[in-house]
Amino acid sequence: MSDGGLKVEQPMESMEALSKEAEELKVKLEEERQKLNDVPLTTVAARLENLAPLNIKPRRVLRGHQGKVLCSDWCNDKRHLVSSSQDGKMIIWDAFTTNKEHAVTMPTTWVMACAYSPTGSMVACGGLDNKVTVYPLSFDEDVTLKKKAVGTHTSYMSCCTFPYSDQQILTGSGDSTCALWDVESGMMLQSFQGHQGDVMALDLAPSETGNTFVSGGCDKLALVWDMRTGQCVQSFEGHESDINSVKFYPSGDAIATGSDDATCRLFDLRADREIAIYTKESIIFGVNSVDFSVSGRLLFAGYNDYTVNVWDTLKCNRLTILYGHENRVSCLKTSPDGTSISTGSWDFTLRVWA
Amino acid sequence: MVSMSTERVGVRKKPEVNNGQATTGAAAPVEETPNHIVYKKMEKIVEQMQHEETGVPVRTVKSFMTKIPSVFTGADLILWMLRNLDVEDQTEALHLAHLVAAHGYFFPIDDHVLSVKNDSTFYRFQTPYFWPSNCWEPENTDYAVYLCKRTMQNKARLELADYEAENLARLQKMFSRKWEFIFMQAEAQSKVDKKRDKLERKVLDSQERAFWDVHRPMPGCVNTTEIDIKKACRMNKPMKSSKHLAVGVAGGRISPSVSEADLTNPVESLKHDIDLLKTRVDRCNFKVSKAAESFISYWEQYQEYDPFITPTDPPNPWVSDCPDFWEAEKIAKEIPSKRVRRWAFSVQELLKDPVGREQFVKFLEKEFSAENLMFLTAVQELKCLPQKDVHDKVQAIWDEYLAPNAPVPVNIDCRSMNITKKNMQNRDRWTFDSAAAHLYHLMKSDSYSRYLRSEMYKEFLSGGRKKTSVRGIRSIVHFSKGKDAPPPS
Repeated sequence: MSDGGLKVEQPMESMEALSKEAEELKVKLEEERQKLNDVPLTTVAARLENLAPLNIKPRRVLRGHQGKVLCSDWCNDKRHLVSSSQDGKMIIWDAFTTNKEHAVTMPTTWVMACAYSPTGSMVACGGLDNKVTVYPLSFDEDVTLKKKAVGTHTSYMSCCTFPYSDQQILTGSGDSTCALWDVESGMMLQSFQGHQGDVMALDLAPSETGNTFVSGGCDKLALVWDMRTGQCVQSFEGHESDINSVKFYPSGDAIATGSDDATCRLFDLRADREIAIYTKESIIFGVNSVDFSVSGRLLFAGYNDYTVNVWDTLKCNRLTILYGHENRVSCLKTSPDGTSISTGSWDFTLRVWA
Repeated sequence: MVSMSTERVGVRKKPEVNNGQATTGAAAPVEETPNHIVYKKMEKIVEQMQHEETGVPVRTVKSFMTKIPSVFTGADLILWMLRNLDVEDQTEALHLAHLVAAHGYFFPIDDHVLSVKNDSTFYRFQTPYFWPSNCWEPENTDYAVYLCKRTMQNKARLELADYEAENLARLQKMFSRKWEFIFMQAEAQSKVDKKRDKLERKVLDSQERAFWDVHRPMPGCVNTTEIDIKKACRMNKPMKSSKHLAVGVAGGRISPSVSEADLTNPVESLKHDIDLLKTRVDRCNFKVSKAAESFISYWEQYQEYDPFITPTDPPNPWVSDCPDFWEAEKIAKEIPSKRVRRWAFSVQELLKDPVGREQFVKFLEKEFSAENLMFLTAVQELKCLPQKDVHDKVQAIWDEYLAPNAPVPVNIDCRSMNITKKNMQNRDRWTFDSAAAHLYHLMKSDSYSRYLRSEMYKEFLSGGRKKTSVRGIRSIVHFSKGKDAPPPS
C-alpha cells in the first residue's frame, strides 16, 4: 500500500483539473441554454384560441381483477387491452365489449408491468420476480404452457415494451438499468446504465426508424438513449421527486414526464431544456402516468388523488378533471388510434374514457 | 387543540412505514417517500385551515343537554377552500377535502367513513400527534387494546361497529395467549381516560377513533397509508453509493452512460463526462420560440385527426358503441381525402398508411427508383428480426443492394459506404444504419417531394380514388410490421 499512496496523487491532481474543466463546461452549457430561452411557450401559444370544452366521459368499466391494477397496455387492434394486477393475474380484455378473453395466473403476485406485442400475438409481463416473461396468446391451449422467461434483472422489473417488433423487449428495472432482450434466445442485446435510481418508466421514440427511447426514474432524471450504442444522449433534470412516467410527444421532438412532485413537465429535445410545467397549487398528489392525444395538444395525466387531469400542453392550463376512480390511478394510455384513453387503478378496475 | 400523551394510547411510534410485505430499511429517508411528500403538502393546507383568524371557524356547539366541542361544518370547510385554495369549483374542493379527510387530518365526528359533505355535518381536526406523517404503523396488538378498551366504556357513542366487533373477535383468536395482557392494558388505559374532563374525553375519543379509521379503515374505504409497491421496494434497498462525482451546478451529473468499468476509474469517467459536455455545448440547439412554433404547427396540422378535438366520421366507437369507425378503414372503397392529405405531412405518414405506401411504390417504380425504398424496408426488417437471423439477413441485404455485383444496387455516398464496409466486419442489426439514414434523407428531399407534386398524388387527393388491391405490394413491403400492423384475425 505504501507505493499506492504515490500513485494516487497523480490522478488526484489531474482530477482537480478535470473537475474544474467539467465545472466550467457546465456553466457554459447553462449560459447557452439561457440564451436560447427567449420566450416562454405560453406567450407563443397565446395567439391560439382556447379549446372548446371537452366532453370526456367514462365509456367502459372493466371489472375482474381482485387486486390493484398496476399496469395496462393497448393492442394495436385498438380495442384489446392487457392489464396486470397485484392479485397475480394478467387479464386480456376486449375493452369494447368488456369481455375477458384470457386470465393468466402468474407465478408471482405483484405483476408490475405488462405490454402487448406489436402484432398482438403475445404479451410480456413481470414484476417482483425480476423477470420479463412472454406469453404467446392462443385460444387453443392454456397460455401458461407456452410462457417463456426472456430476461432477468437484479431487482424488480418496473416497465417493459416491445420496440417495433415481437422479437425484442425493452425493460426498465429497480436495479437502475434498462435492457434490450432478444425474445427468442433470451440474450441481452444491450444494457443501458446511467440512472442513479430505480427506473420507473420508458417510452420509445415515435419515429419509424426509431433508435432512441427515453427513461425516467427515481433519480429525478429523464434520460434519452441511443439503442444502438447503449449511450445516453440527453438528460433532463428539473423534477423534485421521482419520475413515474415518461412519454414522447407525438412528433418525437419532446417528452412529457409525470412525477411524485405533483407536476408534469415538457422537455424539448431540440431546445435541450424544460419548456413547460403543468402544475396547480391545489394539486398535491403525485402523477403516475401521462400520455398525449394525437395532436399533442392534450396531455392526460393520472394522479394518486384518484383523478385524471387533462392539460392544454401549449397554453399550459388545466382543461378538465376526470372523476370516477375510487383509488389511485396507476396507469393511463391513449389508444393506438387516439379515440380513447384507458386508465387502471388501485380500485381494481380499468376504465376507458372518450 | 388537545394534545395527547404517548402513554395513554400505548401505541408505539415507529420510524418506518409498512406495507404488508415490505418495510422500509435505513435506505431512503422517510421524508422523501412519495406518501410523505403528500403529507407535508396536506399539513400545510391543514395548518392554514386551523389558523385562528383566517382559518375555518371552529366552535363548540350546544345541542339539547350536551355540548359538542371543537367542531366545524362541512359547508364552512368547503367555503373556506373555495376562498383560499386555487380549486376551480365545489366538486374539486369536495374531492380534495375528501382526500385530506381520508388521510385523517380531519374527520366527521360520528362516522367511520372519512369523507366530507358540503352540509351542516360536524367535523373535527385531528391532533398533530396522530398525523400520518409521524410514521405511524400501529400493530395489531395496539388495535386489539383499543377495541378492547372500547368495550369497557358503556356509552352508546362508543359502541363497536359491526366490522369492529368482527375484527375484535378475530384479534382475540389471534392473540389468545396474550389476551390477558391486552385486556389489562385496555383496562389501564380506560381508567386513565375516565379521569379526564368530559369534553376533553369526547375530543380524544373521536381523534383516536379517526386514527384507527385511517389505519384500519372500514371495509370499502381506501387505506391511504398504503405505499406503491415499487416505492416500497426502492425504500428497502440500501442506498446506492454515489457512483459519480457530484460536480455541483444545476444539471448535476451530466454523463450517465459510463460503464461499471469506468466507474472504478474516476479520471476516465470524468473525461467521459467532459466529452459529453462538450458535445452538448457544441450542439446546435433550438430557441424556445422556435420549438414552440413547431408545436403549434404540429397542432394545426393534426387537430383534425385528433378524435378528442375533432369528431370522427363515422363517430367514435367508444361513444357510439358502434365499431363502424374501425370497419370503415377496412371496407371503404374510397380513400377519404382527409387521409390522403396526411401523406403530405411527412414521409413517415405516407409510409405508415398501406395505401400511401402502395401509391409511393408505384410512383417510384415509374421513376425507376424503387430500390431505395426496398433497401430501407429491408433494413427496417432487419431490426425486427430475432438475433439468430441477423447475421444472414445482413449478408442478404449486402448482396442484394450494396455488393459490387448487386442485382438491385442502391447509390450511397462514399462516406456511408465506408462506414457500412467497416460495419460488415462486425455485423449487427445496426450495420446499415448510416447507409439507410443517407438514403432516407435522399428519398425525403427528392422522390418524396416530387411525389407530392406529381399528378398521381394530386389526382388521388382530389378524386377520392378507388382503393386498389394492396396484396401484390404487401409481399415486397413490410415496413408497417411494427406498431401499425393490422391485428391478427
